[in-house]
Amino acid sequence: MDFSFTQEQSMLRDSLASYLADHYSFEKRRAAMATADGWRPAVWKAFAEDLGILGAAFPEDVGGLGGGAVETLVVMEEFGKALVVEPYLETVVIGGAFLRHGAPAGAADLIGQIVEGKAILAFAHAEAQGRYALNDLKTTARRQGAGFVLNGRKAVVVGAPWANHLIVTARTGGAQRDADGVSVFLVDKAAKGVVSRDYPTVDGRRASEILFEDVAVGAEALIGPEGGGLPLIEQVVDEAIAALCAEACGVLRRLHEGTVEYTRQRKQFGQPISAFQVLQHRMVDMFMQLEQAVSMTYMAHIKLGDAPAERAKAISAAKVQIGRACRFVGQNAIQLHGGMGMTDEMAIGHYFKRATMIEGQFGSVDHHLARYEALSFDAAA
Amino acid sequence: MDLDFSPEDNAFRDEARGFIAASYPPALRAKQAREEQLTKEDYFSWHRILAAKGWAAPSWPKEWGGTGWTPTQKYIWSEEQAKADTIPILPFGVAMLAPVIYTFGTEEQKARFLPGIRDGEVWWCQGYSEPGAGSDLASLTTRAERISGDDGKEYYLVNGQKTWTTLAQHADWGFFLVKTDPNVKPQAGISFLLIDMKSPGVTVRPIITLEGGHEVNDVFLDNVKVPVENRIFHENQGWTCAKALLQHERSGIAGVARSKRGLERLREMATTERGDDGRPLLGDGFFRRKVADLEIDLTALEYTELRTLAGESSGKGPGPESSILKIKGTEIQQRLTELVLEAAGHYGAPYLRDMPHNAGAIGPDYAHGVAGDYFNTRKTSIYGGSNEIQRNIIAKLVLGL
Repeated sequence: MDFSFTQEQSMLRDSLASYLADHYSFEKRRAAMATADGWRPAVWKAFAEDLGILGAAFPEDVGGLGGGAVETLVVMEEFGKALVVEPYLETVVIGGAFLRHGAPAGAADLIGQIVEGKAILAFAHAEAQGRYALNDLKTTARRQGAGFVLNGRKAVVVGAPWANHLIVTARTGGAQRDADGVSVFLVDKAAKGVVSRDYPTVDGRRASEILFEDVAVGAEALIGPEGGGLPLIEQVVDEAIAALCAEACGVLRRLHEGTVEYTRQRKQFGQPISAFQVLQHRMVDMFMQLEQAVSMTYMAHIKLGDAPAERAKAISAAKVQIGRACRFVGQNAIQLHGGMGMTDEMAIGHYFKRATMIEGQFGSVDHHLARYEALSFDAAA
Repeated sequence: MDLDFSPEDNAFRDEARGFIAASYPPALRAKQAREEQLTKEDYFSWHRILAAKGWAAPSWPKEWGGTGWTPTQKYIWSEEQAKADTIPILPFGVAMLAPVIYTFGTEEQKARFLPGIRDGEVWWCQGYSEPGAGSDLASLTTRAERISGDDGKEYYLVNGQKTWTTLAQHADWGFFLVKTDPNVKPQAGISFLLIDMKSPGVTVRPIITLEGGHEVNDVFLDNVKVPVENRIFHENQGWTCAKALLQHERSGIAGVARSKRGLERLREMATTERGDDGRPLLGDGFFRRKVADLEIDLTALEYTELRTLAGESSGKGPGPESSILKIKGTEIQQRLTELVLEAAGHYGAPYLRDMPHNAGAIGPDYAHGVAGDYFNTRKTSIYGGSNEIQRNIIAKLVLGL
């Protein structure tokens, strides 16, 4: 039993933290968000070339550094602390997982481009009607010759404005909510018939509504089995949730530390407000939520390799705790900052906004409680 | 980062499981199944079997009977005991007093007291709280004055009242915090005394708690003569001992293994019990959401405890996360008893404590005593430093406020 990080993992953390301290201050982030593109390709290049983190979790034979889920955890937690907006989750964690597990033709090539920082991926899975159900799809992929033709509309595709490749879930058969008939495709963002409307998100990212109008792709675009893609999607999304939990831990740490620090400085009634027991106890409750979130994040990473049902149960349990911690710690961080917490000028509100979006990303607390219950009770009954 | 147990750990788990299966007294198991009140002999019977095996005091120094187990092995041992529903070894002697004696006592005191604690020969109780000194323990007023006896020896003459003294009705000896200097700041005038409960002037009076049980007592000390050699550590430095003891209380306080077993029982119960729609209660959307919530919180606590344990195993010591174990652990214990009582429905109400055991069952067996457990378990967020005091401690020591 071991919950520590190897020397290499600690070095990865230290070098990334030091890079972000120099290049990713709150002010620099804010300035980048205000540009037309809303991100910094130069930072992405540094991730690839100076820090090597884009390949940290890929096997060595495809150009990576041979790490795994724990390396992703380390990177994501540091990204959470600095509120990094660049599409690491979408490109490396999600895109990389589809390419590794689904192993489509040309996967090694594209992974190589990811590691070099040249390929940016986005995951087009959500649809307006489907809420968090990964199988609720109106988007279709119809056989045409050797390939497919895609039609449909995808909602809030995070990172899509920066991407050159899209991973798209679509129906090759079955009815709208069937488990069978779901397939995954790799689509060139510049392909004919891909129409996107780009916009910023409340937590400083960019996303798109994407319309697929008779988008023709070759047979090699299919990732995983035709019509049997749902287990692959679930696996990748579970890996994404584990990474998201790690990001949340970084966000939560900053929310908590920032609040403790602020209450020590802020004076009212002739003393620092941190001297008031009612606020001390609130901050202890925030601390407990944070520590339980960290424990669940470790648990999630340890269980990623388990059989699908065990893995899914563990991931949903973790996401429930993370979602609750994000809401409790986030709301109370604002409350304890008083009026200052309401201002755009202070970083705390921006951490709160990211925490709030993490709550809903890949499923709310209610969604994951229901998924956990189905796996824990219905399977046992 | 992994959760793998070593082959040695797995072999140890097999050994522990096999030992319990072969050695746990069947008569005791039967009494537990009938929810009968356990006697002093019942408590000691399992303790003595463990002592004969050399497993009664795993955490002690080896020279006094410790097992030298790793933190992981201790964790496995606590898990196996919980899975087998063994009665717990009472903490007062083994877990609370003994570390004070082997840390602060003289060689003579160690030789005199430790074997009796280890072997389950002497029952100890804890005399800390007083009617006027609960969370503010240092404000205690039980007075101990030095006197010279007629035999020419030095004694303390002890006067005062202790309260909430758990299982003092069985106790042979007690360890007490007393005030030896009332004229200094409260923490600086306290001494740590061992008192023979058969001494003249010691009176134990039961306190019946709201579920009807007799677990705690008032202890009155009326001109009790205590030989000076029964004091542990220096005069007026008993607070040092008391603080050290509170640290020892922390390990295992989360009660994760026992709560996991309790959750299994709750699930069995909620599978048998029916909801309003005639289907198993566990299929009821509202009820099962509460069970799921509890299960998830318990998983988080389990991993927090494992992180603490891994820190101890690596020699780095427990991290800040260990400070939350008491609060979260007791909250979960309480929620568990809440849900068990809810699940019992109508049959939470019958109060059979004073009924003869052969009177015939009322309601399902699993519902028997669940209201009592619920009421009794409210104590867990009050004892051992209330959960509010725990928050004060975390605010000060962990958050630096």
